[in-house]
Amino acid sequence: MTRPLPGAEGVAVQEQYESADQQMSANRLGMWVFLASEVMLFGGFFLGFLVYRVMHPQGFEEAASHTDLLIGTVNTVVLLTSSLTVALAVTAVRHGRRGMGIGCLAATVGLGAAFLALKGYEYWKEYGEGLMPHAGKPFPLHEEGTMLFFNLYFAATGLHAAHLTLGIVMMSTIAVLWAVRGTARVPELVESGALYWHLIDVIWIWLYPLIYLAGR
Amino acid sequence: MTATATNPASQRPTYLNHAYTLWSWLSTTDHKRIGMLYLGTLTLMFFIGGLAATLIRLELMTPVGDVLSADGYNKVFTIHGVIMVWFFLVPSIPNTLGNFILPLMIGARDLAFPRLNLASWYIFVAASIMALYFLLAGGVDTGWTFYTPYSSMFSNSNVTGVIAAVFIVGFSSIATGVNFIVTIHKMRAPGMTWFRMPILCWSLYATSLVIVLATPVLAISLLLVALERVAGVGIFDPALGGDPLLFQHLFWFYSHPAVYIMILPGMGVTTEIIACFARRRIFGYRFIAFSSMAIALIGFGVWGHHMFVAGQSAVAAIVFSLMSFLIAVPSAIKVYTWTATLYKGDIRMAAPLVYALSFIVLFVIGGITGLILASLALDVHVTDTYFVISHFHFIMVGASVSAYMGGLHFWWPKMTGRMYAERPALLAALFIGIGFVLTFLPQFWAGYLGMPRRYHEYPDEFQVLNVMSSAGAGILGLGYAMPLFYLTWSLRHGEPAGDNPWQATGLEWSVPSPPPKHNFVEIPVVEHEAYSYRPFGAQGSERVESDEEIQR
Amino acid sequence: MTPDDTTSFRWWTDAVSSHAERVDALTFGFLGLLALLVIPVAILLPYFVVHYREGSPASRKRAPSNNRRLEWGWSIIPFLLSLYFFWHAAVLFLDQQRPPEDAMEIAVVGKQWMWKFQHPGGQGEIDSLHVPAGVPVRLRMISQDVIHSLFLPALRIKQDVLPDRYTDLWFQAEKTGRYHILCAEFCGTAHSRMRGELVVMEPEAYQAWLDAREPDDTLAARGEKLFRAYGCSGCHGENSVVRAPSLAGLWGSPVPLADGGTVTADATYVRDSILFPQRHVAAGYRPIMPSFRGQIGEDDLVELVAYIQSLGSRDRRAAPVRQDRDGEQTDEAGETTSP
Repeated sequence: MTRPLPGAEGVAVQEQYESADQQMSANRLGMWVFLASEVMLFGGFFLGFLVYRVMHPQGFEEAASHTDLLIGTVNTVVLLTSSLTVALAVTAVRHGRRGMGIGCLAATVGLGAAFLALKGYEYWKEYGEGLMPHAGKPFPLHEEGTMLFFNLYFAATGLHAAHLTLGIVMMSTIAVLWAVRGTARVPELVESGALYWHLIDVIWIWLYPLIYLAGR
Repeated sequence: MTATATNPASQRPTYLNHAYTLWSWLSTTDHKRIGMLYLGTLTLMFFIGGLAATLIRLELMTPVGDVLSADGYNKVFTIHGVIMVWFFLVPSIPNTLGNFILPLMIGARDLAFPRLNLASWYIFVAASIMALYFLLAGGVDTGWTFYTPYSSMFSNSNVTGVIAAVFIVGFSSIATGVNFIVTIHKMRAPGMTWFRMPILCWSLYATSLVIVLATPVLAISLLLVALERVAGVGIFDPALGGDPLLFQHLFWFYSHPAVYIMILPGMGVTTEIIACFARRRIFGYRFIAFSSMAIALIGFGVWGHHMFVAGQSAVAAIVFSLMSFLIAVPSAIKVYTWTATLYKGDIRMAAPLVYALSFIVLFVIGGITGLILASLALDVHVTDTYFVISHFHFIMVGASVSAYMGGLHFWWPKMTGRMYAERPALLAALFIGIGFVLTFLPQFWAGYLGMPRRYHEYPDEFQVLNVMSSAGAGILGLGYAMPLFYLTWSLRHGEPAGDNPWQATGLEWSVPSPPPKHNFVEIPVVEHEAYSYRPFGAQGSERVESDEEIQR
Repeated sequence: MTPDDTTSFRWWTDAVSSHAERVDALTFGFLGLLALLVIPVAILLPYFVVHYREGSPASRKRAPSNNRRLEWGWSIIPFLLSLYFFWHAAVLFLDQQRPPEDAMEIAVVGKQWMWKFQHPGGQGEIDSLHVPAGVPVRLRMISQDVIHSLFLPALRIKQDVLPDRYTDLWFQAEKTGRYHILCAEFCGTAHSRMRGELVVMEPEAYQAWLDAREPDDTLAARGEKLFRAYGCSGCHGENSVVRAPSLAGLWGSPVPLADGGTVTADATYVRDSILFPQRHVAAGYRPIMPSFRGQIGEDDLVELVAYIQSLGSRDRRAAPVRQDRDGEQTDEAGETTSP
């Protein structure tokens, strides 16, 4: 068990726990275990990318060269920045600085939304080029494996976007909760939310080279 | 932290009688009530899966298809597989017995996340209803393995719906796994060190690790199959250069460890029962604790032994074969250890012990044939035949369900406050053990002679063996149905059990039966190793085994 | 064995190859060892239960709660003993992966729900397979739809048949008779009817059987016709103006690829090159070949592969293993190909 978190003093202890400390460290461990599970979920995609990359090196290079490196890179920066703001929010909650904390959460939500907007634009562009498989337009690439790449790409980034959307909803809820009521549960909510947000970021950091940098 | 004040025994508030409304059950966050909710749901699912098994055995009495159509048969064995694997065996021991007993065993008031626990039950129920709907209304004909490209591009049945149900039920498993891991790490009573935990806690811990790390891989592979069916987003489609074997790799990366999800808790239950009824500390505690962890760990490295004839490389096949031999080691350790625990015991024969002993026998038969399957050239002959069917039924059903039954009888007095009736219980245990062996031994033989699995019709020469198997299944079915009646009967008419009818040592026996809502009025402080047993009826210090000796 | 035998109950099924006999020997040998390892449990478990029953007079003094030497012993020794069988089963498996060079080749196409076999001479049969006894036979198998698995219980072998690539299975049956061919991988509604009969005959009888069925053409000759019909000869023919590699002498030789790798020209390579021409582009050629994916069925592919195989391996005595990287096509032994 770690040091008692500043700001944890007022936490309501649920009846199954002996102390606020026990409750907090249990919550934190629970989040970590859940995140391990999440990593395995995306693990299937990483394996798919790697296996098919070995099977179809040219096709994957060809397909990767049709992705939008600029948007991908900007999005990486956006997401990394959001990880910074969420980390700042955790610091803020530890020091009981409500205004700064809510501001950081708002920034995080904003950056997450920006990522989704850019991603949406990228999808739209790819739809226009016919890269979206089975979307009604002829697929422009002929090299074997290119369509596999884009299928994996849409499945993986789609699942990632779904996770991010959930993260945005969580963060907004926490921010509103903090602003309106300032409840005692906010510190641990921010902590858990931040861990989840970092995971979304880390998964993107792994997806980014697999998608955008293959063969460039 | 409800204070259970001193009440007259008849009026003592328990987790059962503090409220009676339906809503008090549906909204409960008490791990004991959730365990009971799971018990009810899982029993229902077990008998639905069993009904499908009955149809299978009826159909196979003759070599031609006379009970069911070919399509009907394929759908029935899919119902049997899907329901039994994901809606009974995987959650069986952890979600009923584990839920009920784990917090009591380690001296906690509840699991770490009680609301998550309740949510897991609701997810389970929702997924069950969904699975049953899609399996019964229209049905699915892929088998529980959902191999591509059959499942993704060829089958015209409700594959997507059932895949969605299995995907959803995975979250229920993961929720339970997370809950157990955190509970064992963070909620142990003072003095309850890792090596003072009963072995069941170790095996539930190992099980939970496997659940948390393997289930998402199943989720993703099923999601990809569904995407391929619904949106045409081919990932395993050979026409796009995809590889259907990738699905098999992902599927077995989950589904082999899933076998350990089904058997590890059974090993834990068996250990508890044997220690109690032999009145002995378990022999080689650390070996048996670590062997659970070893099984969980090595279990992630053997999935390829399902694919020796699927077209993987020879090098991979040899590595997977060797790993599969290796995982037999911790399993063998357990069997030898249980035997050694009986040495110099004071053994009382009761229904739980009969179940535990039949667990050992069935597990040994399953394990031995597992080694035959791990041997490359031998597997080539017997894989995808009834030899495999029989092997995994011995492990996942024979052994695992025996342990489940044993545990249910062992903790029944704690769960309900009533004793079950011993005579019918012994009879049922006997029926299950004998019926099981009669059902599945002939299947080994049929498999070695060459009867493939999932055959609706089969060459005439296998009929004798199949009739033998079906006859055994009749006895087995009777054995499985009996507890339903005498256990229900005992709820009202059973002898009051008292707090500790087995004079057992676990913390769960130090609280009243049935336990009060929050288990412990005061969290106990643990000062002894697990299993400091004395002979039945012995009081005080008659037993020569002192704690110092134990710690040696 | 007569066909009637297959309809009545038998306790045993004959092993009709030396491989099958070795599988049986290993299985029962291993079961013997495992039984030996289980015997202590099988004897002691009931003995303890009776001897140490509650209230029995047996002494319980100095009951051990552990014994490190014993525990390590029963962890390690059984494992080491069983490794003997691991090893022999692995060696046997590896033998089964390497068909003899001179094996007779039969093409197999699996589809829902039938097996189609094509003999080298062009004789085809469905759901039955005639083979000569005492001769190594290699099955080159592919599926037209889902995954199947060809299972020959009398020979103790099976191999999955995949939709995307060729897999091999070889055997040398020694005893004449009729045996089961079964599909062992679930493949849909009539999976259990995807069965056939393996007929092992004396070589002379086999020859007579072949002669009795007049094939229109050998497999290779049919392939040659297809080679023209699909327009392959337009580029790969002897007098073609388009610069594509000649296929004579290609079979079995290593093909240098444009990306620097090498691949052996086997059935899978030839099939891939027809369906997925970009997968392996031969060094020195531009990737101009169109894909024939979706236009040629597996049956025709089998014949095309047989034709290219019939063009022979490079003649060892003549051909220099030389790669003309400047793109000037070497003579008739030009081993490069971007088909």
